[in-house]
Amino acid sequence: MSTVVNDTKIPNNVDLASDKRLQRALEAWQPNFLAWWKEMGPCGFQNDDVFLRTAVSVTSDGWAHFDYVKMPDYRWGIFLADPVPDRKIGFGDHYGEPVWKEVPGEYRNALRRIIVTQGDTEPASVEQQRMLGHSCPSVYDLRNLFQVNVEEGRHLWAMVYLLHTYFGRDGREEAEALLQRRSGDPDKPRILGAFNEPCTDWLSFYMFTFFTDRDGKFQLLALAESAFDPLSRTTRFMLTEEAHHMFVGETGVLRICERTAQQMAEKKLDNADQVRAAGLIDLETMQKYLNLWYSLSLDLFGGEISSNAATYFATGLKGRAKEEQYEDHKALDGTYAMDVVKDGKLAREDVPLRNAMNEVLRDAYIEDCQRGVDKWNRAIAAHGIPFKLELPSRRFHRHIGVYAGLYFDPKGNLLTKEEWEAKKDEWLPSAADKEFVKSLMAKPVFDPKQMANWIAPPKQGIKGRPVDFEYVRRQA
Amino acid sequence: MAETTTQHAPVRFETHPDRYVHWKLDFPAEHDGKVARLQMDVKEDRGMRPGYVLKLNSYDLGVDIELADALQRIRFEHPEVRALLVTSGKDRIFCSGANIYMLGSSSHGFKVNFCKFTNETRLYIEEMSAESGIPSLASLNGTASGGGYELAIACDEIVLADDGSSAVSFPEAPLLGVLPGTGGLTRLVDKRKIRRDLADAFSTIAEGVRGKRAVEWGLVDEAPPKAKLGEVTKRRLDALVARSTRKPFTPITLTPLEAKRSENKTEYGYVTLELSPKARTARLIVKAPTTKQPETPEELAKAGASAWAIQAFRELDDALLDLRFNHPTIGVVSVETLGDPAAVLAVDAMLAKHKDDGLVREVILLMKRVLKRMDLTAKSFFALVTPGSCFVGSLLELALASDRIYMKDSEDEEVTVATSPLNAGLLPMANNLSRLQTRFLREPERVSRVLEQGPLRTRDAVAAGLVTFAPDDIDWDDEIRIAFEERASLSPDAMTGMEASLRFAGPETMETKIFGRLSAWQNWIFQRPNAVGEKGALTLYGRPERPSFDWART
Ligand SMILES: [Fe+2]
Ligand SMILES: [Fe+2]
Repeated sequence: MSTVVNDTKIPNNVDLASDKRLQRALEAWQPNFLAWWKEMGPCGFQNDDVFLRTAVSVTSDGWAHFDYVKMPDYRWGIFLADPVPDRKIGFGDHYGEPVWKEVPGEYRNALRRIIVTQGDTEPASVEQQRMLGHSCPSVYDLRNLFQVNVEEGRHLWAMVYLLHTYFGRDGREEAEALLQRRSGDPDKPRILGAFNEPCTDWLSFYMFTFFTDRDGKFQLLALAESAFDPLSRTTRFMLTEEAHHMFVGETGVLRICERTAQQMAEKKLDNADQVRAAGLIDLETMQKYLNLWYSLSLDLFGGEISSNAATYFATGLKGRAKEEQYEDHKALDGTYAMDVVKDGKLAREDVPLRNAMNEVLRDAYIEDCQRGVDKWNRAIAAHGIPFKLELPSRRFHRHIGVYAGLYFDPKGNLLTKEEWEAKKDEWLPSAADKEFVKSLMAKPVFDPKQMANWIAPPKQGIKGRPVDFEYVRRQA
Repeated sequence: MAETTTQHAPVRFETHPDRYVHWKLDFPAEHDGKVARLQMDVKEDRGMRPGYVLKLNSYDLGVDIELADALQRIRFEHPEVRALLVTSGKDRIFCSGANIYMLGSSSHGFKVNFCKFTNETRLYIEEMSAESGIPSLASLNGTASGGGYELAIACDEIVLADDGSSAVSFPEAPLLGVLPGTGGLTRLVDKRKIRRDLADAFSTIAEGVRGKRAVEWGLVDEAPPKAKLGEVTKRRLDALVARSTRKPFTPITLTPLEAKRSENKTEYGYVTLELSPKARTARLIVKAPTTKQPETPEELAKAGASAWAIQAFRELDDALLDLRFNHPTIGVVSVETLGDPAAVLAVDAMLAKHKDDGLVREVILLMKRVLKRMDLTAKSFFALVTPGSCFVGSLLELALASDRIYMKDSEDEEVTVATSPLNAGLLPMANNLSRLQTRFLREPERVSRVLEQGPLRTRDAVAAGLVTFAPDDIDWDDEIRIAFEERASLSPDAMTGMEASLRFAGPETMETKIFGRLSAWQNWIFQRPNAVGEKGALTLYGRPERPSFDWART
């Protein structure tokens, strides 16, 4: 076996040692991945020792092995969740048939599309976040950023594994192309819109990991239902990592809310200017960032009425999150009532359920988001501050689907373009807001004992270590 | 007329003059045996399937299978023949075309395949004249209507008895709401070069055109009084015999094919057809010669029908027809070859060297016809070039006739393809170009380059433009499996239309027009309510009600 592609360098449970095809594909791909990581991964810090979790097996202790490691030496592995014995297809036209261990030729192109689209988001987010290390609020947060980054890298590996193993030469070419596209590059952009948006401040990072990684969670849940068993097993394992990314987002926003509310109460600050003057992020600005990242993330679910979604469901490629909670797994007769714009007014329309599968998934996502927002609001309320963060209407600021090209306020009321232009800076971060947020983060905090002023420290450290543990050992 | 849904016995294409029911093949003494006379005398009650009566010398597939067999035997078994006479054994009727009730009771797929087969057979008559030196004459001792006139117009010359009632006609459009679908319309204007307005008029006059006017319009060459028909026929045949360029050779006998048939497999000597009905795929495997093959035309004559070049291609022809008629749901066929490339190239070299010999000529023409049959078969063909295969020369044509060519890029084993002189134009397609020329229309210089090169290994074959995809050892199995599964899942109608559109690039010929235009329109019309709906013309034919049309034109 080669020196780069072996079981030690690439921890796996896919029998890499005896899979000649995979070895050969990875031998060509792995150096390009590393080159991509060095070019587009976290800017700087590559020689630092970072206290990272590495998955070395799928057992309960093996998936979370902690140690200091330099990021380029991180052991990106390939893991599938354990197979479910006698697993049957849980939805669609093939309901009840045995799951597929191989790609049926008939669905090869559609499956490849799904995997490539998912795979493309993984390196994209690393690219979006590559400058953040230089404005980190603490060493604890810096480490979390890198943990998310290396795991997004591993998610890329997971998708590339599928492409290499099941899609032949086309798959290898697609795997290569995943390393060629660049977030935000107009010439070779990442596939999905939200993954081309800049994410250059930590408030955005927390919002991103809360809202956008949560889209990832729901896509993975839907793919975990797939009739294509290797995809199902791959995504089930990825979900454990995704949970950590959302934890970073949820607690990050929570810590900012906590800090701002606590200071507002303590120092009796009662307007945004006073809050800002105290070097804190005002809650109004939090709401604007929430509005932005929530709406961008909603777009990731695709159009409300989608023939692709119907086909994916019918053919068993992509199901609903937690399909077992539904009774009718064929979804042939049902309809979904949604608001569409007809003659300049909102009108209720019944859409065949299969065509509304994106919306079904979006509903579950929204519900999940609301739970996090409620926690943030409880933290604010605990300090007696009369402010509530709110998820805007799903129609607000959309670029995909039936609401794209129309203008809505955060309550979901239809606006004219002029009304929108006049008000949008009240709802979305303005240039001045972004300037302000960045100004707070101008200086990174590399001293483990320190925490930036605008954020509260976390409740606890990682893997039993204290909060002020040296999670990143800087090489000067 | 409802389509029958009952399962029919499989159609078989082999027969022999001793067993002909509907035709009489003889070689009248008045021409010293130099004329092959084919007399059509259809037995009404001997249709291939129950449910219709073959009145008035109308034909079904069984009738046409005998005709095709007769033409093939005249070629190989009767080198002394220098002209062909097609006539009727019935008194006042030449032939009234394909039996309407047979068409009405057939599935759409069968109708399409029936028309394709009869079209091919008509073209064989023309090829005999153009390539084998056997010009033909249709002597119409009575009315030739519809497919009957289409049979006549496939001959070089037509004489019609002028008896005040015998006519030539295309009553399909006015009476049945369909087209004369066996090349008739195309041949009116393309072959006989009849003015389009006269052709238009002719094709809408149900009772047809008689005597002098038929001659004036160019529909027939001569219309003597009935009493003189024999005399005129003889005179014209003598002239045809005189102009024949046929070359003498020792006749060979087309012995029956030996085929071991089981449910999903037919094994001939050199050809195997293996079906996977559930996957809707099949394998068509052609083996190279395994025994010493003739090295001279004399040895070829001696070997006769057991010579590889004859036997393998006759078997292939039979397998293709079997696929078309008896296995409608098979969608994708892997085309494979097996054996020693040198053995194939040796046969090709012999054929090319002696291509002007009469028998060799017929063998090459046989190959050409079979390959054309493949071009026109509505199945997706994927050629698989692997270690041990022999896609060279005449067998390379099988790959070139395929919709895709997969060639294994193997590290350990040698995989090659090679050309022979037969690829250089001796086996043209319907567009009159070789398959290499058709393949490389964009870069014609590639044709000679490929022909000049020796055997090409996979990478070179890819560079030469001969290969669609070249998966390596590791990818091969999966790529092939997926390619077949994917292809088999696509709409069969769309695939048929797509393949037919992509296979025949380049110039139009009468032949491409017949298959590409006339047949396509006919097949469309055959599906339309105006023909086959409850009140369609074809449905109501022979009944008291009048058809009622949807008047919207497309
Ligand atoms: Fe991810
Ligand atoms: Fe993530």
